[in-house]
Amino acid sequence: MRITCPICGERDRREFYYRGAALDRPDPEAGQEAWDDYVYLRDNPAGRTRDLWYHDAGCGSWLVVERDTVSHAILNVALALDADA
Amino acid sequence: MAELIARSPCGGLLPLTIGELSLTEEPPEPMTLIMPFRGQTGAVSKAMTAAHGLGFPEPGRIAGEGDAKAIWFGRGKAMLVGVEPDRSLTGLAAMSDQSDAWAVVRLTGPQSEAVLARLVPVDLRAPVFGPGQTVQSQVMHMTGSISRIGAQAFRIMVFRSMAATLVHDLKTAMEAVVARR
Repeated sequence: MRITCPICGERDRREFYYRGAALDRPDPEAGQEAWDDYVYLRDNPAGRTRDLWYHDAGCGSWLVVERDTVSHAILNVALALDADA
Repeated sequence: MAELIARSPCGGLLPLTIGELSLTEEPPEPMTLIMPFRGQTGAVSKAMTAAHGLGFPEPGRIAGEGDAKAIWFGRGKAMLVGVEPDRSLTGLAAMSDQSDAWAVVRLTGPQSEAVLARLVPVDLRAPVFGPGQTVQSQVMHMTGSISRIGAQAFRIMVFRSMAATLVHDLKTAMEAVVARR
């Protein structure tokens, strides 16, 4: 598996650290239900996912990676800095 | 009173010559990590150009060809090598003196690309990785900085605490490459 870092180019998977789903952080006052969902509840989709990866052995950027859990295709990679999340 | 004797990171381990390949430790020199504050990269580059004659490097690049160099060191980071940072950078960038923090070695020889191909998961062959280019990647299992400093020469940096592992991994790869000739 290779991930194309927007800064470093295509790199081996071993250079990256997996964080988890890339979620929109709720407002601090959003309430218990929204925060419970944000902290604990995850989908387990067969198909497109949006994850956070850290390029720890490279440029040190947090990346938002869109990939397909069925085909293992990497669909899009963007700097978390630039992403809407 | 104890007498303290300065020892280089790879002291006692290098130099090393295997076949036509050689591995030597780079002489100690000032190294400062420069991290421009948000939105200040342009101003930092301007100040560096005025003071040191080299700009803030683009990703994957080394700025400067003389004794003073700035090696790209990750997103928003550059390692200024061979010269102390100028005072004019104060307030524009976070800076940290790392002169003692890195093991710095030089690998030279006609098969140095083949040696690094065994350790680094990035294509470092001449057509895609020429002089003046650098990567942040892994050397075996260690995070490191690899730069091409000549047609057949590379500068490799890892954390000082991993000097012995770096020399061991490079030595093993050098022996394996030479044995296959």
